[in-house]
Amino acid sequence: MQVKFKVRRFDPDADRPVARYDEYELEMSESNTVLDGLIRIREEMDGTLALRCSCRSAICGSCAMRINGQAGLACNTLLIHAIPKDGGPIVVEPAGNLEVQKDLIVDFAPFWSKVRAVQPWLQPEGPEPETEYIAPADDMQHLTGVMACIMCGACVSDCTVLDVDDNFLGPAALAKAYRFVRDPRDDADSSRLGALNEYGGVWDCTRCMQCVEVCPKNVDPMGRIMALRDRAMEEGYTNTTGARHAKAFSDSVEHSGWLDETKLVVKSHGVTNVKEMLKLLPVAARSFRAGKVPPLRHKSIPGAENVRRVFEKVESRDQG
Amino acid sequence: MPYAFYPGCVSRGACPELYAATLEVCRRLGIELDLTTMQSASCTGAGVLQEKNLRLGDTLNARTFAMAERAGRQILTICSTCQGVMSQANARLQDDDYRASVNEDLAEEGLSYNGTADPKHLLWVIVEEVGIDTLESMVVQRLPSLRIAPFYGCYIVRPSSDLKFEEHPEREDALERVIEAVGAQVVDFPGKTLCCGFPILTINETNSLKMVANHTMDAKGRGADAMVTPCPLCHLNLDGYQPQAAKANSPLSPIDVPILHLPQLIGLALGIPPKAMRLNSHIVSTKTMLSELALSP
Ligand code: SF4
Ligand code: SF4
Ligand code: FES
Repeated sequence: MQVKFKVRRFDPDADRPVARYDEYELEMSESNTVLDGLIRIREEMDGTLALRCSCRSAICGSCAMRINGQAGLACNTLLIHAIPKDGGPIVVEPAGNLEVQKDLIVDFAPFWSKVRAVQPWLQPEGPEPETEYIAPADDMQHLTGVMACIMCGACVSDCTVLDVDDNFLGPAALAKAYRFVRDPRDDADSSRLGALNEYGGVWDCTRCMQCVEVCPKNVDPMGRIMALRDRAMEEGYTNTTGARHAKAFSDSVEHSGWLDETKLVVKSHGVTNVKEMLKLLPVAARSFRAGKVPPLRHKSIPGAENVRRVFEKVESRDQG
Repeated sequence: MPYAFYPGCVSRGACPELYAATLEVCRRLGIELDLTTMQSASCTGAGVLQEKNLRLGDTLNARTFAMAERAGRQILTICSTCQGVMSQANARLQDDDYRASVNEDLAEEGLSYNGTADPKHLLWVIVEEVGIDTLESMVVQRLPSLRIAPFYGCYIVRPSSDLKFEEHPEREDALERVIEAVGAQVVDFPGKTLCCGFPILTINETNSLKMVANHTMDAKGRGADAMVTPCPLCHLNLDGYQPQAAKANSPLSPIDVPILHLPQLIGLALGIPPKAMRLNSHIVSTKTMLSELALSP
């Protein structure tokens, strides 16, 4: 079959280094991947095309890039799945949120420094055991889900928070952090969670699910971040806007069956946080003028006691 | 067969205009809504409750699904976040053992979920049940002068597996199809499936406002007169915080892109008066946009 590619090119050494798109058309087989196509382009049509790849079987994690605007591994994306419905070219661009070095190659240095920042090594306490550290099989089995991460950076490429804030640790590093927080042999949970509770940590995630959608290994970074939030709250880190928000939300649903928006905002900031409260005033005033105010008195849904009962039952399961 | 109408918290709270517009539009499109079955249904948890306790969220949603099943109805929602959270819960609840165990906690109320719910957002009901052609045929005022940027947000596009995109490929560009059906022009922009910033508004306002500014300025730069969204939370942030987002990120010029709820856009084409859909109750004024249609808010 005939396949068209449109590849974003960038050469920092050019006289005028500006990005451009080059188009290629070539005959490929139905079983070929996007990476097969790019390698053929490099080998037969344009030797200057720069890209990273190694294993060609979704193991090494080096070929993450944006294919039709979404991050993925070029080596496990079949051409037949990538050819747009309208018959247009397959658009190939470098991974996002990392600086382009040349064509499809991005600088992974910030990626690795964030992974390093979560201290991805075991920190046991107490005397060393005679033999090896023993971990229950169930725990390790659970962790294989995160350990499946191949550090490809697809999640980082498409993370909506990294798009506006370089300071965010990001999905891959936070998934890695979870791996150590959940490891039964590690004893640094509390200090790890304390650090993850800081600016740029678990609470900065918007829950946009981009990382869940694009991860080629089903690592579910967002799910891990949510689990870390829960652990942090359990560990006593409750004095953050995020933790207060989660608590206030849950309280509102538990007591009335649905959301009391006014109370939620106030409680999230902390009732004594005068500065944040004052900042809300212009928004409240604008909303009021526009006739956009939530009902002043929040009424419970009919049968709210049934919702409360569900809370009690499920929560008692956790304890029991 | 009427749908069990699940309005969600926001259309009954901070976005009453969405509620009003939905009832009008559904009446005209012949989508029957049963307003009572879901009255005692709880909040879906919006992903927030799920952070603390996934099973709790699933049990609350199983309760809602069981109520719809008991009434012999399918659920219609007008909130992308409700849709996404319900779809995710429903995917997990297809596991028979898990569902049976969740049902234990509903037994006292006499409820039990059998796994047959298929909650659908109004947007999906329009493209899948009403049909784009039918919608087009009911348009009384085409809107050719309007350039509309679609804004899906997150929950109605991801994770695509839970939302059954493979089974329903039409869900992928449903908003664009609706914009075309009402005779308006689609302004495509890459931010349409990204986050509006709402979930971190109270946590990291700077980032949240940047997201608002990026999306609205990009859409405006591409010529959009307005944006349309199926998610009231996206609306709250993109509309309600647009003035602040502009102040923080584009101090020299206001952004001023009105953010329409999906049924408001459809309603305009169906000839529903703007006032009935409370287009006058937005933070970013809809006046200029409506004047192009010779209407006023
Ligand atoms: S869910 Fe969170 S970590 Fe994942 S891509 Fe979105 S903002 Fe980033
Ligand atoms: S979490 Fe998934 S997408 Fe992110 S680096 Fe690991 S394998 Fe790649
Ligand atoms: S080449 Fe190794 S993951 Fe694609």
